[in-house]
Amino acid sequence: MALIELKGITKYYEMGNQVVRALDGIDITVLRNDYLAFIGSSGSGKSTMLNILGCLDKPTTGQYHLNGKNVETLNQNELSEIRNLEIGFIFQSFNLLPRSTALSNVMQPLIYRNVPYAQRKKLALEALERVGLGDRTDHLPNQLSGGQRQRVAIARALVTQPSILLADEPTGNLDSKTTVEIMALFDALHKEGQTLIVVTHEDEIAQHCHRVVEMKDGRIASDSARASTTEVNR
Amino acid sequence: MFFALFESSRAAFMSIFAHGLRSFLTTLGIVIGVASVIAVVSITQGMSVFIGDTFSSLGSNSLTIESYTPLEDQMKGIRARLTPDDLDIIERRIDGIASITPILYANRASQVRYGSQTAFSQIFGTTHAFQDVSQSYMKFGRFIAASDNDTRRRIVIIGDKVRENLSLPENPVNEFVEIGGEWLKIVGLLEPKGEIMGFSQDDMVLMPFSTMQSIQGNQARTDIQIQLSLTEQANIETVSQQLTSILRNAHGLDNEEDDDFTIQTSEQLMETFDTIISMVTIVVGGIVSISLLVGGIGIMNIMLVSVTERTREIGICKAIGAKRHHILMQFLIEALLLSLLGGLIGLAIGYGLGSLIASSIPGFPPAAIPLWSVVLALGFSGFVGVLFGILPAAKAANLDPIDALRYE
Ligand SMILES: Nc1ncnc2c1ncn2[C@@H]1O[C@H](COP(=O)(O)OP(=O)(O)OP(=O)(O)O)[C@@H](O)[C@H]1O
Ligand SMILES: [Mg+2]
Repeated sequence: MALIELKGITKYYEMGNQVVRALDGIDITVLRNDYLAFIGSSGSGKSTMLNILGCLDKPTTGQYHLNGKNVETLNQNELSEIRNLEIGFIFQSFNLLPRSTALSNVMQPLIYRNVPYAQRKKLALEALERVGLGDRTDHLPNQLSGGQRQRVAIARALVTQPSILLADEPTGNLDSKTTVEIMALFDALHKEGQTLIVVTHEDEIAQHCHRVVEMKDGRIASDSARASTTEVNR
Repeated sequence: MFFALFESSRAAFMSIFAHGLRSFLTTLGIVIGVASVIAVVSITQGMSVFIGDTFSSLGSNSLTIESYTPLEDQMKGIRARLTPDDLDIIERRIDGIASITPILYANRASQVRYGSQTAFSQIFGTTHAFQDVSQSYMKFGRFIAASDNDTRRRIVIIGDKVRENLSLPENPVNEFVEIGGEWLKIVGLLEPKGEIMGFSQDDMVLMPFSTMQSIQGNQARTDIQIQLSLTEQANIETVSQQLTSILRNAHGLDNEEDDDFTIQTSEQLMETFDTIISMVTIVVGGIVSISLLVGGIGIMNIMLVSVTERTREIGICKAIGAKRHHILMQFLIEALLLSLLGGLIGLAIGYGLGSLIASSIPGFPPAAIPLWSVVLALGFSGFVGVLFGILPAAKAANLDPIDALRYE
């Protein structure tokens, strides 16, 4: 069964009497253990797409099924729960809580699941270990390098064992060496069976992914998966 | 639920201490409000505890009867009086009196002179029974004897304050003082009683009732005060009623006329004091609740700023799964803790202030804080915190995650 199924998704922003069509009719299916890259020029709607996939934003029209659930009908609290249980979000600007240590940041999503403290700490340490930050747990975000912050953010996304990991230009603020390290981590996660969706406009990153979807003006211009199937059908 | 509460409190504590100075300034309104309530309450409560003690030592079974002229009559030139005849009637017809004594205040200038020193004092004539009624004890010499009154002996008993004011020797017995042109011999010095609320209990000059009458020129218009104490068995209510009917009868008052005298029990006196004190407390409490209100608005203001400042953080929390109640709780608890903290600081300052004021006024009773005022002050400041925290907390909880994350 498909993990994600989008049908006729649109997102319109009304700016005065002008309508911005950030997404203009998207149909896409994402399978379990897909490793997918959204590429496209700036303003093509990639981030909007990812925010809707991550249940942070709601589409103007269209249907979204995540893990069999119809997301459309859910209220804010239920969406929070979906984000907590199903989704791990990684942002370009890291979005860590500035006054919490690395460990606390990673423990944070587990609070909303009512995991007791000791258990939370154990899971968070494991996640930090997994991203190679086992020795920086007591640092505040401003005491960490950009690459380390993004690792903390990845650990925070992983600690809940989400069914899907969403990353919006995860290496946009990082140098090329760190980028390689982060991508290696993503590759490893994919090998372990993790489903990943990455937004990027760097070809090197897209090359890591097994499926590349190009967006243009809020529409899907090409989809490597679909291209191959059309070839087969032909 | 409890779990969420605990986590929210932890987060709230962290953010309060992260902005230590600002938190303190925010809560200053509450601090001042609570401090002034507690200062006032501690002083008035100290006073009322002290007054209670003082009056219970006076004994609850003593009565004072005074003449009373309504304002209307005063303007017509009529003056109500209590006379020695009234005293006689009471003495003869009322049961249960342990002792009864007249008091005749000097109606001219109450000046006492000794050598070159003069002093103003409370000068009155009375009988030997006054010693019982007022529970006075002698330091030197003796009290007025029954025979002093019979012979209009020219003697006085003085309080310690008078002795001090006139620079009389430690033991003033056998010295002479001049009152209204007459020379009187000091035969006794009263044991000092101290002060009640700044008023000396030892500033008095006593002489035999008949001596006072003769000094005043034996006027027919004598108006006395009658003090009496009752026996253990006597009921103060019953005696008051009997006194009223006997005196009304003696003064020839018909049913329509009001009493031309008042009967005051020490209990009534204490109630009067209590009423005054509670009125002061209520008035000050009212003023202070306005300051708490202002403090609450201060908290709301800063909480709103804090919500705006932390919009992005709220967005992050929501993105990783925080529900409305998680955010709501965190901010509500923060407001509550902030105001409770203010309440606690205010409590400490208020008590300190109260004690300081009480101890810097000589003879003032020590400050006392009853438990109810602590509970009230903390309860009220907590209430203010929650009340004024709801709006900012709801604003935070209702933030849309994507808008909050985009907030710069
Ligand atoms: N909140 C908003 N209000 C109005 N228009 C918006 C809003 N968010 C996005 N848009 C518009 O939607 C379009 C798509 O934006 P989006 O952020 O998805 O682009 P993107 O593909 O992520 O671009 P980039 O690569 O620069 O991040 C843009 O034209 C943008 O101006
Ligand atoms: Mg973008």
